[in-house]
Amino acid sequence: MINLAGRDILHSWSKFVLTGLGLGLLIGVTFTMAGVYRGMVDDAKVMLNNSGADLWVVQKDTLGPYAESSSIPDDIYRGILGMRGMAQAANVSYLTMQVRKGDTDVRAMVVGFEPGQPGEPSYLVAGRRITRSHYEAVADLKTGFAVGDRIRIRRHEYAVVGLTRRMVSSGGDPMIFIPLKDAQEAQFLKDNDAIVNQRARIAANPALNRPGVPGLLEAINASQTSNRNVNAVLVRVADGHSPETVAQDIRRWKHLQAFIRAQMEDILIAKLIATAARQIAMFLVILTIVSAAIVAFIIYTMTLGKIREIAVLKLIGTHNRTIAGMILQQALGLGLIGFAVGKIAATIWGPFFPRYILLEPGDAVRGFVIVMVVCTLASTLAIRAALKVDPATAIGG
Amino acid sequence: MNKEIGIHIEGLSKRYGEGATAVDALKEVNMSVAPGEVVGLIGPSGSGKTTLLKCLGAVIEPTQGRMTLGGDVIYDNGWRISDLRVLRRDSIGFIFQAPYLIPFLDVTDNVALLPMLAGRPNGEARARSLELLQALDVAHRASAQPSELSGGEQQRVSIARALANKPPVILADEPTAPLDSERALAVMRILNQMATQYHTAIIVVTHDEKIIPTFKRIYHIRDGRTFEEAGEGRALQ
Ligand SMILES: Nc1ncnc2c1ncn2[C@@H]1O[C@H](COP(=O)(O)OP(=O)(O)OP(=O)(O)O)[C@@H](O)[C@H]1O
Ligand SMILES: [Mg+2]
Repeated sequence: MINLAGRDILHSWSKFVLTGLGLGLLIGVTFTMAGVYRGMVDDAKVMLNNSGADLWVVQKDTLGPYAESSSIPDDIYRGILGMRGMAQAANVSYLTMQVRKGDTDVRAMVVGFEPGQPGEPSYLVAGRRITRSHYEAVADLKTGFAVGDRIRIRRHEYAVVGLTRRMVSSGGDPMIFIPLKDAQEAQFLKDNDAIVNQRARIAANPALNRPGVPGLLEAINASQTSNRNVNAVLVRVADGHSPETVAQDIRRWKHLQAFIRAQMEDILIAKLIATAARQIAMFLVILTIVSAAIVAFIIYTMTLGKIREIAVLKLIGTHNRTIAGMILQQALGLGLIGFAVGKIAATIWGPFFPRYILLEPGDAVRGFVIVMVVCTLASTLAIRAALKVDPATAIGG
Repeated sequence: MNKEIGIHIEGLSKRYGEGATAVDALKEVNMSVAPGEVVGLIGPSGSGKTTLLKCLGAVIEPTQGRMTLGGDVIYDNGWRISDLRVLRRDSIGFIFQAPYLIPFLDVTDNVALLPMLAGRPNGEARARSLELLQALDVAHRASAQPSELSGGEQQRVSIARALANKPPVILADEPTAPLDSERALAVMRILNQMATQYHTAIIVVTHDEKIIPTFKRIYHIRDGRTFEEAGEGRALQ
């Protein structure tokens, strides 16, 4: 017996391949959407990995510093360092802002860190680490800056001395690392008019501007314009200690919240990108339905175009199951072409996306199964139409 | 199988629909065609020709009567055959007004498909196909696609297809309608040859004045009733 489906495909291969191509692009979009989600999850994990921290200590009752804002005094890390099981503890601050780059600006997350401490980017792809305590920066490749470029953040210019890869915030904004002191200043810096205005108000307050207490007004003014807060303390736990026990100690004795790596991952993935994930899931569902509808319509119209031949085939004694098999095989063939085209397309266009797209082999396998199931379901419409064809129509009237 | 009986019909009736709108398309039709014989079935439009072919072809069910094909009673006030699909495949060859070849199979496989459907191995089916194509003088187009054939060639391929499973019966519905008189006569010559060569009983439904003189026997059908008549039986060279 010859394979009727195969012969039909060979006979009208151009139509078949073109439809498969169109379907494939749609499947490629679907894979990419899944890749966007996987990329977001992976970005979060890479970011946590590269920070080199075991614990994130943040303001009490918050899910900071990424999912909620958190503010803690910048001297608290000393107390934490004194606790049992500590290897390192360091302040970090995070500030998302538009950073000038030539004539345009790029959206970036400015990270303040202390050199040699947790929070410092662990791998550089170019340049060197920050060695001065002011006005040097390490930028992520995605910002578009190169080593030697100058970045303007608020009032100061920073020289880019090193580059990282895949250091992005959960919003997908690339990171720029600068010394903590600079970052604290950038975060809370007021403009000159505001400072003048505030000084005048303090000077006009008789409770603060007391005659006979020299230096009080200056001290108050100084305290108003400097920033003594950071967003989190990153902790590295000493060998042989469990991060969870240390975190419990911090929660109990310091009145702060402390998250271990697994909790932080959960916050980033389950909470922070939950809405984005649901958005993507919705897209996936719709794209799957659209793909199914397209396969169904195409196979259906292809079958309607063959009604006469099907009637003849039935009249000369072809089994219904042979005819159903022919249509099913064509649907699966279309799905196969679509899957291959989709996989290739997603791989080709993935790197051009602003955010990292992670195409997991497991997703490809799941996608393949779904495509085949969808094609099978989609072919039932056409199969029903074909089975209803009356062989008498071949004889005519 | 009693090869002496090609087609035998007794008191065959067919009523479409019910009640006030019922149409009696066939009224107690009697007809018989011997193996190796080609008879014409002629009648005005709406007289029941196609209905008769459909009943014989086992694609619609008669209302009552008796039909014998190739020696087997297939209908006697009800089907006497459990699988009509197999009956159509093995015992009846169909030739239509248009060739209706399968566009995605080449000429050889269009014919070989029938033996293949009947479970013959591909090689044997193709050999049978080539043999028939040779007999019908289209073997040189054996590997062509149907769309690359002329109308006459396509019609000859469809005749080869009808003969592929050596059926005792061939039903042809206006097989010469789209052909010029020379080609139409050629088709009739082939049908007569094949009938003799393969002992096939052939019924040809036609309106075609050009070929009517070629029948030795003609059934006229009018308002669902048949009348037999001797034809001219003009020789075909
Ligand atoms: N499916 C059907 N339902 C109801 N009536 C039908 C049906 N098919 C045919 N008829 C009627 O049965 C009668 C015979 O029809 P049939 O098709 O056999 O005619 P015919 O001799 O083949 O005509 P023509 O030469 O025009 O093809 C006609 O009156 C027709 O209207
Ligand atoms: Mg008719």
